[in-house]
Parts: sequence; structure tokens; C-alpha cells
Amino acid sequence: MKTAPLMRVVGISKRLGGRVILDSIHLDLFKGQTKVLIGPSGGGKSTLLQCMNLLLTPDSGFIELEGRTIDPRNKRELYAFRQQVGMIFQDFNLFDHLTALDNVAIALRKVRGWSRREAEARAMEELARVGLADKARLYPAELSGGQKQRVSIARALAMDPKVMLLDEPTSALDPELVTEVLAVIRALAQAGMTMVMATHQMGFARALADEVLFMEAGRIIEQDSPTALLAPGSGTRTLDFCSQLAEGL
Amino acid sequence: MQEMLTVLWEAAPFIVQGAGVTAVAVVGAMFLGLAIGVPVAVAQTYGPAILGRIASVYVWFFRGIPILVLLFLFYFGLFSWIGLNLSALAATVLVLGMTSGAYQSQIFRGAILALPQGQFKAALALGMSESQAVRAIILPQALRLSIPGWSNEYSILLKDSALAFVLGTSEIMARTHFVATRTYQHLPLYAMAAVLYFLLTWAGVSGLRWLERRVRIKGYGEVA
Amino acid sequence: MMNEWDFFLHRLVPALNQGLVITISLIVPSALLGLLGGVVVGSLRVYGGPLWGRLASAYAAVFRGTPLVIQLFMLYFGLPNLGITLSPYAAAVIGFTLCSAAYHSEYVRGGLRAVRRGQLLAAQALGFSTWKSLVWIVIPQAVRKALPGCGNEIIYLIKYSSLAYVVTCFELTGQAKIVASESFRFSEVFLVAGMYYLAMVTVASKALQWIERRLAIPGFGTL
Ligand SMILES: Nc1ncnc2c1ncn2[C@@H]1O[C@H](COP(=O)(O)OP(=O)(O)OP(=O)(O)O)[C@@H](O)[C@H]1O
Ligand SMILES: [Mg+2]
Repeated sequence: MKTAPLMRVVGISKRLGGRVILDSIHLDLFKGQTKVLIGPSGGGKSTLLQCMNLLLTPDSGFIELEGRTIDPRNKRELYAFRQQVGMIFQDFNLFDHLTALDNVAIALRKVRGWSRREAEARAMEELARVGLADKARLYPAELSGGQKQRVSIARALAMDPKVMLLDEPTSALDPELVTEVLAVIRALAQAGMTMVMATHQMGFARALADEVLFMEAGRIIEQDSPTALLAPGSGTRTLDFCSQLAEGL
Repeated sequence: MQEMLTVLWEAAPFIVQGAGVTAVAVVGAMFLGLAIGVPVAVAQTYGPAILGRIASVYVWFFRGIPILVLLFLFYFGLFSWIGLNLSALAATVLVLGMTSGAYQSQIFRGAILALPQGQFKAALALGMSESQAVRAIILPQALRLSIPGWSNEYSILLKDSALAFVLGTSEIMARTHFVATRTYQHLPLYAMAAVLYFLLTWAGVSGLRWLERRVRIKGYGEVA
Repeated sequence: MMNEWDFFLHRLVPALNQGLVITISLIVPSALLGLLGGVVVGSLRVYGGPLWGRLASAYAAVFRGTPLVIQLFMLYFGLPNLGITLSPYAAAVIGFTLCSAAYHSEYVRGGLRAVRRGQLLAAQALGFSTWKSLVWIVIPQAVRKALPGCGNEIIYLIKYSSLAYVVTCFELTGQAKIVASESFRFSEVFLVAGMYYLAMVTVASKALQWIERRLAIPGFGTL
């Protein structure tokens, strides 16, 4: 017997600025799965991830978490849902006025209503998990790009999310900083976190992904295991795109 | 010469006492302006369209009409028209405060717009409500970025407060005027008042610079 | 008592229009002279050397650090102590000019400072004379940087021209005060007078925006 999906994206469409950006997207995400989104720039990856966290409200279709359909108009339900779905942004979006520690603790305090002590203790644990315990008192402007992204991962993890959405988490980083962030993400996947990640890091995707989704012009046009999609001579759009990427490097 | 010095010497305590009234007017107006400016700025940036529209009309009105006309309009006209019987000082604080609210809202709006919008999204992604995100993430940063604008606003308010003498508020300017018309030592008396204003400007601006250093975040703020 | 229409059409509006003419005849020369003075003072603050630079900065600090109303009182009521008597109009125009020159100088200075040294070096490397690099490289950049500030200053001047009333130059605000005091219709009179100012300020800011757009260069001034 197959288990029910943890999260489902059902027929989501989204128009922005008069253009169709997402065109009836379906996606079933099972517990512990890692899915990787790839595709050309402007294909709609960021838009899809933001719709999955309901940071953007889809025009049609809906999101289900553990069998419950989320109604974005119900604010209470919306905020509770977002707490369970962590989001990692390409440009980190750390809160510039807060130390690394407070960045991780603030949602625990303001959203969960934890005391400062509880929140900071938990934040410290999460920072330790991403290897930044010694940087807790530094402000974002005093951290490197890789460190910032690791803080933002700790910030999301502190909320005990059931799903993590990562939007090109390493694209804004200098090449020598990419590894430290990927190491954290790899550890997460191995610990059984359910994830959807947009990325251009094909080697990494191949090693980690249970499934690769190729997205273009607002549609998922190919969807399979990385080995199947990237097999030499498979003639897939994915393979074509990845070899172009490799040439570009 | 002798006579001038005597007048200055005798008038000085009376005029300097006006600094207390001036300070009440300026500080009162600053805080009223803050209380008006923050919600107006938030309405203009994050509020629904209709609220934003109302906020813009408010700003347009108070930024487009001279203080002097506003003082006359409210003190002699609108306040008594709605049955409010205010002292000249209270009217001064209200009018300067409402005007300052319009200017301060633009300082905060500029600061809010200068913040990277991703942080607002990141706060929502963590499950904060819109109002929590504004309060915990946007405003603490916007208020810090606003301090230089605030310092400017202080010196403008201080100078505008001198206009309150037309209502008979007994601040520095009114007292100077009072003595001058009786002693005919206009030039030295106004020069003394000017020095007093100059010192008050300097004191306030230094105070705000101190505050700015106090709340400074390392490596931050250079962007703005 | 006159009826409403009579009052508006035959008493208030003619009086305010008469005041408006004086207001405009205060603003235009003060704005032009103030801008000119601001360019001189601002340039001195950047290129004037230690003595002139210091003097120009002191001038700006004094006029920016004290209320305009006191400056006007010193000119109109104070100068007679020294045997110099000015008409209300002259006192107002001189006061506005001196004060706005101080504020303009701040933006002119900022504009000149913002032109990066490399720009001047590059011009000189191409064989521009000092004068030519000033005219063709420095000024076009500085004007764009200073424009929003200077434009705003002129908008302030429109409003602060109302202070001419306190030195008995009966412009828009003065006329409104006269009509209001004799009719006791303070709310209506000052609201209408306020509308006159709102109209002037709105037109001036639209014009300023238009000029800024005309002069805008992609990517310039966003840093
Ligand atoms: N707010 C918006 N208004 C109008 N169009 C938008 C908006 N946001 C995104 N778009 C458009 O939607 C399309 C998809 O954008 P999206 O950011 O989702 O692509 P992406 O696949 O993430 O690309 P990239 O790899 O460059 O991040 C783009 O063409 C973009 O221009
Ligand atoms: Mg993207």
C-alpha cells in the first residue's frame, strides 16, 4: 500500500503582469523525498516555490498539507501553514537589524510565543547544527554569504518545518562558499527532511534528488529520477539543458 | 551701548525661559508627528489602496500649505469650529505635530522602501502575520534609518516653532518680540534669540547623532 | 452680512488674487537670486580654499540654524537701529534670498562633491582644460545631483513666502488675515488661502518632476 503524500500541489495556475507564469502545475511530495526543480531562467521555479508556501496566492488550484486543503483567505490557517513549510531564498533575506541568534529566535518568540530564553536556547542548537555556534552574536553584515545562507537555513529549521523549499540556495554565493551550504543541505536530506529545491547544481541534484522536475514556460515538462532523465542518449529536454549548462561552465 | 547691554542683561532671563515653552512645542510636535507619521507611512506602503489614498491626501494637504496659514486656519478657525477651545501652546503643538506627521511619514516611507523587500517575505515565510512582520522586522530597521531624517525634522520644527508667536504662544520669539517693541533694541535682542535657536539646533542635532550611534548595527546602514 | 457668494466672489477672491500677485513677485526674484547665491556659496564651500570655504560654511550654518522669521525681523525691525531702513518688500526679498542661498548651497555642495574624482581625472587625461572639464563634465553631473534638493528648496520658498506678512508685506497670507479678521470667517478664508498655496506647490512639484525626468540618465544617481 502506498502512503498518502505529505504535501500536494493540485492544478496551480498563476498569472503575473498579465502573463501566465504557472500553468496548471501538479506535484505530489512524499515524506522524506527530495525533489529538484531545474529549468531555464524565467521558467517559473521561484513562482512555484512561492506559491507552495502561499507567499503568492495561486489564481486557481490549491495546496494540501497532510490531506488538509489550505484556505489562503483564512489568515490563521495561512500563518500556521507557513510555519510548517520552511523557505530558503536565493539572497538569504536575513533580518539586517538582528544578530544571527536573533534571526533564528525571532519567529519562535513572536510567532510561537516562546520566552526569550527558550527561543535562544533552541536557536543556539540550530546554529550549532549548521556549524555557526561561534557566530551567534554577529550581525548579517558581518557574515560571509555562505554563513548568511546557513543562518537562514537554521532560521527555517527552528520552526520544525515538515517541508523545506529552497530557491537556488547557492546561486548568490561565490564558488568557494557553495560547498559549505551544500554540505548542510545534504545532511538535511540524509536526516530525512522533505524538500523541494530549485538549483543549477546538477552534480549535487543528481546525487541527492529522488526526482528531477524540469520546468519550462510555467509547466513541468519532464519528471523522473535523475538517472533516467540524465542517461546518455535518453534524448530528454533535461539532458539537453544540462549539457548546455555544463558547456557554459 | 550701555543702554543696549542693560536691556540685554535684563531681558535675557525672560527670553531664555521661553526656551522651555519652545522645547515643549518642539518635543510635543515631534512625538505627535511620529505617532501620525508611522501609521501614515505604513498605510502608504503596506495598506489597502483606499487607506493609502487617504494617507496621500493628508500628506499633500499638510505639506502644501504654509505653517503660518495652518496656524491661523486651525487656531482661529477649525478648532473652535469643532468646539475645541485650546490654549495657544496646545494649538501650536497640534498644528506643528500634524504637519510634522506629514513630513515624518515621508521619511519613514523612504526608509521602508529602502529596505530589501525580501525580508518582509522571509518573515511571512516563517509564519508571521503581516502586522507582526511590519512591527518586528520592518519598523525597527526603518526607524533606525530614519534618524538622520528625524534630526533634520527637529531643526525644521524648532525654526517653525518661532512662528507660534503669531498666536501669542510665549516661546522665545514671542518674548523677544515683546521686549523689542518696548525697548527698541530690536537688532541685539533678535541676535540674542538667534544665538539661542542656534544653540538649541546644535544641542538637538548632537543628541540625535548620539542616539544614532547608540542604536547603530555593525556594518549596517551604509547601504542606505 | 454679505451672503456667501457675494463674500467669496466680491470680497475674498479679489483680495486673495491681489495678494497672490505680491506673493509671486516675492517668490520669483527670491528664487532666482537665492539659487544664484547658493551656487556661489556652494562652490566656495567646495573649491574656495580654507578661508573662503570656512566663511561660506559659517554663512550657511548661521542662516540654516536660525528661524527665517528672526532673520526677517532683524532686517526689517533691526536694521533701523543702525540707521538702515528697508521697505517691507525689500526686507522680505533680501531675507528670502539670503536664507535660500544658504539652503541651496548645501545641495550645490553635495552635487559637486558627488562628482567622483575619477571623472575629472579622465577628462584631464583626454586633454580637457580645467574650465572645460568643469563645464562639460562636472556641472552636468552636479546639476542632476543637486536638482531634487534645490527644487524642493524652491517649493519651501513658496510656502515660506507667507512670512512676508509678519514684516507687514501684505501678500496672500496677509490679505487672508485682513479679510478673515473683518469677516470672522477664519475657517473658510484660510482654507481658500491654503488652496492657493496648495495649487502653487502642486504645480511647482509637477514641474520639478518633469524636469527631473527630462534630465534623467539611466543608472545615474541611483547609487
Ligand atoms: N511580480 C511579477 N510580475 C510580473 N511578472 C513576474 C513577477 N514575478 C515574476 N514574474 C515573471 O515570471 C516569470 C517566472 O519567474 P520566476 O522567477 O518564477 O522564474 P525562475 O524559473 O525562478 O527563474 P530564475 O532561474 O531566473 O530564478 C519570469 O518571466 C518573470 O519575469
Ligand atoms: Mg528564480
